[in-house]
Amino acid sequence: MSATIIIGAGHAGIQLADSLRTRGHDRPITVLSAESELPYQRPPLSKDYLAEGDPQPLPLRGTEFYHDHEIDLRRGTAVTGIDPRTRTIGCADGTRMHYDDLVLATGSRNRRLTLPSAQGPGVHYLRTAADATLLHDDLDHATAAVVIGAGFIGLEFAAAAARRGIDVTVVEYGPRPLARALTYATTDQLTVTHRAAGIDFQFDVQVSAIEHAHGRVSAVVGHDGRRFPANLVVIGIGADPQTDLAAAANLRIDNGIHVDEFLRTSDEHIWAIGDCVSFPCTHAGTRVRRESVQNAVDQARALAATLTGTPTGYQDLPWFWSHQGSCKIQIAGVGGPTDRTVVPTDPTTGKFSTFRFRDDVLVAVESVNQPAVHLAARKVLSAPRRPSLTDLTRAGFDLKSLSARSAAISAG
Amino acid sequence: MPKITFHQPDGRSDVLDVPDGTSLMRAAVTNSIPGIVGECGGQAMCATCHVYIRSAHLTDLPDVGEDEDEMLDCTATARAPQRSRLGCQILVTTTLDGLEVDLPESQI
Repeated sequence: MSATIIIGAGHAGIQLADSLRTRGHDRPITVLSAESELPYQRPPLSKDYLAEGDPQPLPLRGTEFYHDHEIDLRRGTAVTGIDPRTRTIGCADGTRMHYDDLVLATGSRNRRLTLPSAQGPGVHYLRTAADATLLHDDLDHATAAVVIGAGFIGLEFAAAAARRGIDVTVVEYGPRPLARALTYATTDQLTVTHRAAGIDFQFDVQVSAIEHAHGRVSAVVGHDGRRFPANLVVIGIGADPQTDLAAAANLRIDNGIHVDEFLRTSDEHIWAIGDCVSFPCTHAGTRVRRESVQNAVDQARALAATLTGTPTGYQDLPWFWSHQGSCKIQIAGVGGPTDRTVVPTDPTTGKFSTFRFRDDVLVAVESVNQPAVHLAARKVLSAPRRPSLTDLTRAGFDLKSLSARSAAISAG
Repeated sequence: MPKITFHQPDGRSDVLDVPDGTSLMRAAVTNSIPGIVGECGGQAMCATCHVYIRSAHLTDLPDVGEDEDEMLDCTATARAPQRSRLGCQILVTTTLDGLEVDLPESQI
């Protein structure tokens, strides 16, 4: 009987197993997870999980799910190698398994700060439930935290820590937070909101050392010699794809595991989905790698269709969210550095959206505390014909009415 | 522990013992109740944990928050006046013992 093996039990791997069963795949499915926990949702780890109390990871599915759907979930099982010639994988415990289709859903790993001093008690990275538990426990004793890197994880942590009354300083190499992901309109207002919540931002600072005293972290030192005292440090400077297994199996790597639009790697029996892949993206017009729940889940759904006999190219609209203190940030679509941006409502109200246009066509919408605008944006941007700046100006930038109207036209 | 009943559109139902302080979304996801997705992990940002509350307990529930109200206008299955809520925003307490909810046809 032909067998499907999935390496990785994050959003991508578990959604794939679920969607395969939903679509009637009736052959053996094995999911291999290097972690020991029941597969869980990662996004809450940098948000709700950091509040006071005794948080529990939110499982992706209940324990019965794996039993009821005959999914052989093997926790604590690290894969050590893939042999594409014999279509077998080897595990750290010595097990060898044969596959007909192998799916790599190996995710990404934190980029490490390459300083010898960037480790030890009080210095944290955040990715896994184990990381989050260590950080959560350490927060009980923290009074001053320094966050290195003003990315999504760093800012989500900063907001959660400030809410707990901890002094927070964010040290960022660039001139503003989230520079690659968001427009100035959004990051400017975000910076104002975070500062009002007591978070101190230090931009254009390169970290040159982390100091320790009495067996614990004591300060972060910038290239200009400034010291930022801390008894807790969180490093969030980005992530890299987990490509070691793929590279060792001689699969093509290109800023992630190289896959075609059907999510197939350079080996015809090996597929890859989620954070670990680079794929041709119709929305970006180029090959990209994305780290998001949406990307993981929608690629899993597309691949499940392909593996059950309906070849399906992945082309879903990218979307993303981040919850930082009082700001719920949601992004739909793909912006670019040369976009024209329009902000129709006053950002200082704390509820606003930034519309991004390329060649006068809407390509992305960033919303802060406007979840309904975000959902309407996803509908509008997924439609075959996207509105122009003129269309939106005429509609008073009311995406909800625009999406209702286009739905009525296509239905009628 | 408070008992909560989840009714499926096809008539099947599940009764769960839910610990105090646990959201309806978390209880449903943890116990593999079909029909609740919880895509955003409980941030009132995705509207995929939509439930219809049966009338007996409507007055015991916390008020609908601003974000929740906005999201309920965007659910995959139409919002019902009064009865529609997001499961992630309802924390179970002893006063909600015996609560029954109906699940919508679709969340996505």
